[in-house]
Amino acid sequence: MRDLPEPIRPGTPRDSGGKGAIDIDGVSIVFGHGDAAHTAVETTSLRVEPGEFVCILGPSGCGKSTLLNAVAGYVTPHTGEVRVDDTPVRKPGPDRGMVFQQYSLLPWKTVRDNVAFGPLMAGASPTEAGAVANTFLNMVGLKKFGSRYPTELSGGMQQRVGIARALANYPSVLLMDEPFGALDAQTRLVMQENLLEIWRKFGITVMFVTHDVDEAVFLADRVLIMSAAPGRIIEDIRPALPRPRSTDMVALPPYIAARQQCHEVIRAESRRAFAEQNL
Amino acid sequence: MLTELKPPVETATPVPVAIAPEADPATGTSGVAETAPESDNAAAAGYAGVDLASPRRGPTRDWRGPLRSGVLALLSLAIGVTLWHFASVNKLSYGINFAYVPPPADVLEATMANLADPIFFVHIGVSMQRVFISFILAAGLGVLTGLLMGRSSAAWAMIAPYIEIMRPIPAVAWIPLAILMWPTEESSIVFITFLGAFFPIVLNTVHGVRQTPEVLVRAVQSLGANRVAVFRHVVLPAALPSISAGLAIGMGVAWFSLLAGEIISGQYGIGYFTWDAYSMVRTPDIVLGMLTIGMLGTLSTAAVRLATAPFLVWQTRAR
Repeated sequence: MRDLPEPIRPGTPRDSGGKGAIDIDGVSIVFGHGDAAHTAVETTSLRVEPGEFVCILGPSGCGKSTLLNAVAGYVTPHTGEVRVDDTPVRKPGPDRGMVFQQYSLLPWKTVRDNVAFGPLMAGASPTEAGAVANTFLNMVGLKKFGSRYPTELSGGMQQRVGIARALANYPSVLLMDEPFGALDAQTRLVMQENLLEIWRKFGITVMFVTHDVDEAVFLADRVLIMSAAPGRIIEDIRPALPRPRSTDMVALPPYIAARQQCHEVIRAESRRAFAEQNL
Repeated sequence: MLTELKPPVETATPVPVAIAPEADPATGTSGVAETAPESDNAAAAGYAGVDLASPRRGPTRDWRGPLRSGVLALLSLAIGVTLWHFASVNKLSYGINFAYVPPPADVLEATMANLADPIFFVHIGVSMQRVFISFILAAGLGVLTGLLMGRSSAAWAMIAPYIEIMRPIPAVAWIPLAILMWPTEESSIVFITFLGAFFPIVLNTVHGVRQTPEVLVRAVQSLGANRVAVFRHVVLPAALPSISAGLAIGMGVAWFSLLAGEIISGQYGIGYFTWDAYSMVRTPDIVLGMLTIGMLGTLSTAAVRLATAPFLVWQTRAR
């Protein structure tokens, strides 16, 4: 079993320890071959600092999930390279925790066994893995639900299990692909606050894909706006909101300013794309 | 009991009445399943998944509901038996001839006589042993072949043509060649029974493997799972409901094939008993043989379900 960091004490912010730097270095991603080739992500370079919370914001089909999948190791870049803490990404691994939009828990394992899966794969004994799972389930407020099966839980609860499961591996990077996209508005708000709290405790780097401007501005240190066809990053916005954040901050001027800026960039880009289509 | 009326191969679970994987556009399966399941003749009734025991609306929580159904079921059966009785004692003959159909009382009498005769249990025992051996072989080889075909496109390409060619051949059609190929009558009957069970198990396993959700594979990969772990923790469990349906169907088809084999050759077995009763014009024994076959089929399919149920707890819990 690999060395695990000390147990998480709620309320004590943990330093990232300088881990979790993401370097996207001249990465382009192409699907298909020959005439059917389609550039999903145009040559992109980007550095995410350790402990940073980055949102990738863009419309459906702009390649934001593809870019995330390249960091996760599911997609191999056509050119360039992704490095996490200077190690080139070749395949998926437990150092990069992944949270999907929905239905990614193993339905045949209990909630606890789902969370314990990563530690088990890392070589922990079932008892150790179970204990780790309990710690993380407790953190997301679901300790009582350990013996349930995922389908017995609501969508929001399932996503909390998904987050606990990814964190149970003590990853340096957390990759989230529209994790709250399928939830209702109220649940989404609660989940966003929970996530920020977890992020603060872990000091972990988060790369979060969303098409929701408000979500991106509320969560992120940096909002990277992507544009479609071909997918590329067209803007890097840093909302000047203080931390820790709470939902009542949406009335503050910096929030409104950042939100406005996002909308303007998106609107300009949509106009340009629309005009191009009509040529 | 109503359950005894069910065809032995009925698929109670609304599971992928799966036998035909190609029917699922999502899997993109080609080949193998082009022939409709009807070609498996007698067992076809079972594929429809008609479940006589459970009405559509589902059981009422109220105890009076089940009681009422029970009373109605008994009443209906009583009427049926009475009609049968009058038809046979009056030697009714309008198109269908009841002259040689034994009345229920004679069947009951024959049942009592046979229950006192050890040879009757030898027949049952021999049949059960044949089905057991054939089914275990078919389950082992069938699941293995199905997993291979579902995971490896090379294995698929090589095995699928054989299945495509062999599957539509009814087990009965194998009887002459099987007798010539196998050293003993016993082994040829086991072979025929095995063939009957094998194909539905393979096809359902392939179907199950192919519908593994990709997001789950990705999820466990990001948790550090290697290929073996992906197979063990994702592919196999995802395929289990379909495999279990395949096993239940396979068990039904096994009985069907066994009976065909026993009727044509052998000195023991419940199929032989039934056919021998026909040859010797012991008509009550014919009916007893038939009822016994039905009951054995139902019981063994239920046994398969019971055996696979612990692996499928997660499926039922959420509903």
